[in-house]
Amino acid sequence: MEKFNTHTGLVVPLDIANVDTDQIIPKQFLQKTERVGFGVHLFHDSRYLDHAGTQVNPDFVINKPEYKGASILLAGENFGCGSSREHAPWALLEYGFKVIIASSFADIFYGNCINVGLLPIKLSEAEIEQLFKISADTQLTLKVDLPNNLITCGELSFNFSLNEFQQYSLENGVDSVGWTLDKLDTIKAFEAKMPAWQ
Amino acid sequence: MTTTSPQTMYEKLWQNHLVEDAKGETPLLYVDRHLIHEVTSPQAFASLRFHNRPVRHPERTIATMDHNISTRSIKIDAAGEGAANQLRALAINCKDFGIELFDMGHKNQGIAHVIGPELGLTLPGTIIVCGDSHTATHGAFGALAFGIGTSEVEHVFATQTLRQNKAKTMKIEVKGHVGAGISAKDIILAIIGKTGSAGATGYVVEYCGEAIEALSMEERMTVCNMSIEFGAKAGLIAPDQTTFDYVEGKEYAPKSDVFTQAVVDWKNLKSDADATFDAVITLIAKDIKAQVTWGTNPGQVISVDGIVPSPEDFSDPVEKESCINALKYMDLTAGTKMTDIQVNKVFIGSCTNSRIEDLRAAAGVVQQYQGQQVVKGVDAIIVPGSYRVKEQAESEGLDKIFTDAGFEWRLPGCSMCLGMNDDVLEEGDRCASTSNRNFEGRQGRGSRTHLVSPEMAAAAAITGHFVDLNSQ
Repeated sequence: MEKFNTHTGLVVPLDIANVDTDQIIPKQFLQKTERVGFGVHLFHDSRYLDHAGTQVNPDFVINKPEYKGASILLAGENFGCGSSREHAPWALLEYGFKVIIASSFADIFYGNCINVGLLPIKLSEAEIEQLFKISADTQLTLKVDLPNNLITCGELSFNFSLNEFQQYSLENGVDSVGWTLDKLDTIKAFEAKMPAWQ
Repeated sequence: MTTTSPQTMYEKLWQNHLVEDAKGETPLLYVDRHLIHEVTSPQAFASLRFHNRPVRHPERTIATMDHNISTRSIKIDAAGEGAANQLRALAINCKDFGIELFDMGHKNQGIAHVIGPELGLTLPGTIIVCGDSHTATHGAFGALAFGIGTSEVEHVFATQTLRQNKAKTMKIEVKGHVGAGISAKDIILAIIGKTGSAGATGYVVEYCGEAIEALSMEERMTVCNMSIEFGAKAGLIAPDQTTFDYVEGKEYAPKSDVFTQAVVDWKNLKSDADATFDAVITLIAKDIKAQVTWGTNPGQVISVDGIVPSPEDFSDPVEKESCINALKYMDLTAGTKMTDIQVNKVFIGSCTNSRIEDLRAAAGVVQQYQGQQVVKGVDAIIVPGSYRVKEQAESEGLDKIFTDAGFEWRLPGCSMCLGMNDDVLEEGDRCASTSNRNFEGRQGRGSRTHLVSPEMAAAAAITGHFVDLNSQ
């Protein structure tokens, strides 16, 4: 996993609540055995007018020319609900997103983002509303500073927080499996005390 | 001597599985049982190979083929080349890493959340994970069970543990008893209708009350299955005699003295009487009517004797906007009677409602219509949740009741719940479905899903519309 430090990027506002992981990456694109090849299908049913994905939907916000190259997704509440598919953060990351900002995320999706190095940021509903208002009128570029838990844009700034270990893991690109394997003796000691039925 | 403060069942399960709570790290929990399938596991295996790491406890993992498979043929390539690639990869991975696999044609094959319980792989007091959000199903046994992503699948493979932040606790009490003809599906849809589709995000919920205690194990599974549909990390029901009787004698369940000791331990799992929850929600069982979703998330649900809501019915701007979008996608007009909505597809199956009791309930409704056929213009399929469910149903003659009435009787699998296989709705299709998600495009691009109980789905197949069975 790549280390995450600071990121400055263009914001694309997707002002829809309850965007589920079926919308982020529909099931017909999950039939792969690799972690790549999902970005082109991100938001497929909204992004393309046809099933084959050959006609781009010009009305879908991500397709608008002014948001070309956006790397920060400003999203509605309960983003990433539904299926546990990690293919959703894989698709977002491969498309080019580094940061997702929303007032709330579904639990499994949030954890999956951290595990793949995509930074999910929770802000208050009022802050999210403010950002949606600004991004509706002008192209909004934000600087996201993970070590200082700070989002800035000119005079504007917002604080955010992450669980301590998740923050450490993102900043240092921790191999979480390797980290836990270093504690194998502790795990074995736990196993030795487990009841027979367990 | 130490005194312990009153604990909820979730806190007990947490405490019993806490391997380490090191400063500055997310707590590390032990995982007792890992269920895997073809769609969310291949990248985890690939990463193990890349790092040259083994599966630490292959005997704690069980694999099945369910998401991608055809329900018309047990041939591995019957649902297309992409699916076949994943199925072949699963077979190779399981062989290479020493994991038991229930593949096509195996007597134990079926949907992960159907076979776990029926084989006794699902036990009270355990932590069960699977790369599938409906893992919450197993919470019906008093197991802490939840869906995980592929990176976490890999973590469990390599370490038999998982890092988890502690969730908040929510008690959902359903007081009294439901009326005749009200199913477990109606109970859980009514709960989600009350909380909204994200009402339990950040929580582990515990279902309790007379209406829950009165449920069979299969009905409890239907309730817990949909915990994720209102955002809960997991759903729990305290294990009781109903649970122990179900588990005893199952193929993989503990036997003799070990089982006896297990029951002693399992009886201690229930929440202490004076335990406190972060949130409490109460429903009155007798007020719950048969439910049908009208929108594009499971919280957009109403009683079958109701009407399609109007955006004006919602004061919250987000809910209002969601209602406008849902009515447009669902091609519904506010004020339409739910019983006037016509369907052209019926799907009875999925990890929510494909167990033997579900099939018996659906067959019972078909019989009530005394020889009437699935109405012209409707295609109806019945997909048992596992090979064992299929055999049991056939031994009871349920398959014949269905096929005589014009339903298609299929092979076990996830089928049309998510349409990753060849069971997909066409654009514009309207389906009465016993599955768990009515998201836009879930069952096929441009298709419309109404979530219902098996009884309601069977009635919709015969009549072509939703029916208030209790007013007849």
